[in-house]
Amino acid sequence: MSSSVITRRQFLTLTGGVLGAAALGFPRLGLGAKKRVVIVGGGIGGATAAKYITMMDPAIEVTLVEKKQTYHTCFMSNEVLSGVRDITSIEFGYDGLKKRGITVINAEVNAIDPVAKTVTLLGNDTLAYDACIVAPGIDFHWDTLEGYNQQVAEQLPHAWQAGPQTQLLRDQLTAMRDGGTVVIVAPPNPFRCPPGPYERASQIAWYLKNNKPKSKIIILDPKEKFSKMGLFTAGWKRYYGYGTGDSLIEWIGVDEGGEVNRVDAKQRIVYAGGAIKGDVINIIPPQKAGKIAVTADLVNEAGWCPVDQRTFESKNHKDVYVIGDASVAAPMPKSGYAANSQAKVCAAAVVAGLQGNPAPVPSYVNTCYSLITPEDGISVAMVYRLGDDGTITKVEGAGGLTPSDASDAMRKREVEYAYSWFKNITHDSFG
Amino acid sequence: MKPPIRLIALVAMLWGSLPVIAELPSATMLANTCAGCHGTNGASVGPASPTIAGISRDYFIQSMLDYQSGKRPSTIMQRIAKGYSEAEIELMAEYFSQQPFAHQAQEHDVKQADFGRRLHKKYCALCHEDGGRHADDDAGILAGQWAAYLRFTMQDFTREEREMENKMKQRLEKLQADHGEQGVEALIHYYASQQ
Repeated sequence: MSSSVITRRQFLTLTGGVLGAAALGFPRLGLGAKKRVVIVGGGIGGATAAKYITMMDPAIEVTLVEKKQTYHTCFMSNEVLSGVRDITSIEFGYDGLKKRGITVINAEVNAIDPVAKTVTLLGNDTLAYDACIVAPGIDFHWDTLEGYNQQVAEQLPHAWQAGPQTQLLRDQLTAMRDGGTVVIVAPPNPFRCPPGPYERASQIAWYLKNNKPKSKIIILDPKEKFSKMGLFTAGWKRYYGYGTGDSLIEWIGVDEGGEVNRVDAKQRIVYAGGAIKGDVINIIPPQKAGKIAVTADLVNEAGWCPVDQRTFESKNHKDVYVIGDASVAAPMPKSGYAANSQAKVCAAAVVAGLQGNPAPVPSYVNTCYSLITPEDGISVAMVYRLGDDGTITKVEGAGGLTPSDASDAMRKREVEYAYSWFKNITHDSFG
Repeated sequence: MKPPIRLIALVAMLWGSLPVIAELPSATMLANTCAGCHGTNGASVGPASPTIAGISRDYFIQSMLDYQSGKRPSTIMQRIAKGYSEAEIELMAEYFSQQPFAHQAQEHDVKQADFGRRLHKKYCALCHEDGGRHADDDAGILAGQWAAYLRFTMQDFTREEREMENKMKQRLEKLQADHGEQGVEALIHYYASQQ
């Protein structure tokens, strides 16, 4: 960021005696001192919060800090693995937000000081805030699997933060011989995108079926069940011979020895119940909130960020909010739609707070599509409200899965609506 | 000891009135939950989720209630509609009916669109006036709506999976008898061509 902006901010801080006026109930008059919101992280949650705060109150000065110049969505990245879409189609920039008057700074955040109410960037530039929204996404537990670490992930990709890792896994799949074995190591709960590993298996199976039909996918899972399990396994039976001797997909749950405890990257062997050799090995490690959430003391013992679920304000620090995958928002899943929905609830609460009003009554929604083939889609949806106990609660009777007896035509429509959802949610976040 | 009747009555009254006095989310808050699929403020960027900005209040409410009851077929909307109370649906209806319908360019076949224009005039224009540009109380805006959505809708009607008024049923049957599925497809190209 340019230092002139900082100077202007510092000037505003020095002239910030308007706070008293805000407290007296005429905050919009402001006398030139703008309220400042700093958003840390430019994924779906952070971008949506930036856009919606600006839409709700254009007088608020919004700054978004994101390390990367562009963002790759994790959703639809499994279609990059199957070759159905190109990686450029999941890449999004920040020009849309800039056009809305949002300041976008490509930098890494070093620290958040909840007392001084400042965000410090790598290189020591400092941004003052009235409210700070932290949307750091996920980080990995690199130390839970013997023989696995961040360097090994350059050979055995996780591809669970989309971008170069996605391309790496795609390249390994295209380079693999026909007759090879793809091993997917699924993560323990909770993790980003609960149906993701199983959609990934479906998409890779689609690629193998059409290009390398003698090959095979083995999913090693530390869980006994998974999201949309009935719909996925029925789809695998239908398209990929699941349950037969020459199935393209084999799923090994925890009861059958699916928990992996060691990896030999050189030999390309993972050790679970037995030793399994993979030509391509995709390890999706256990997860926790993104690094800055830890640095800023926003996490609990489990590594995720507890929040007031009406506003997403951190339970650890006042005026700091955490949204998206990093937050504790169950029963909402860690999904793109959830992050987008939470960002709007949080934006409304932040704007209300800065205007001296109470936090509004929230409403949240989630929708997740998974594509089993390019013509067969399934979904899960849920509407949430704030329960009497102040926690996010499923609206009774709402939501649920694609019915198991949905017609082929309806399943094809789900694909078209999935692509449409992709266009709309990315536009709703970045556009 | 029996609790006094008056206390029971009071508790019952409060209990019964709770959902009424419970504070609702604002119209904007509720409408924002739709944007992930239907676009910011209900203006879909396509290619299948319909634009709901500019929709008539009554048509929005009826659609949501028909999704809730299962009367209207859907992929996901039956499941989502059940998440909102009638009062919430009314708030959303109010909100979306006040948003401008955003016409977006989409692919269409010029010849088919021209044929569709004539078919529209002959079979549909009596009710869907002005090329289907208006937000009717019993129909969505057709002009400029996303073609994939219109196609799904017409499939639901022609396969008799979605109910329609007799008037429309007769005209649609006449159109199909005269021009077949190509006639229906031409109509879709016509509506898609309207900017």
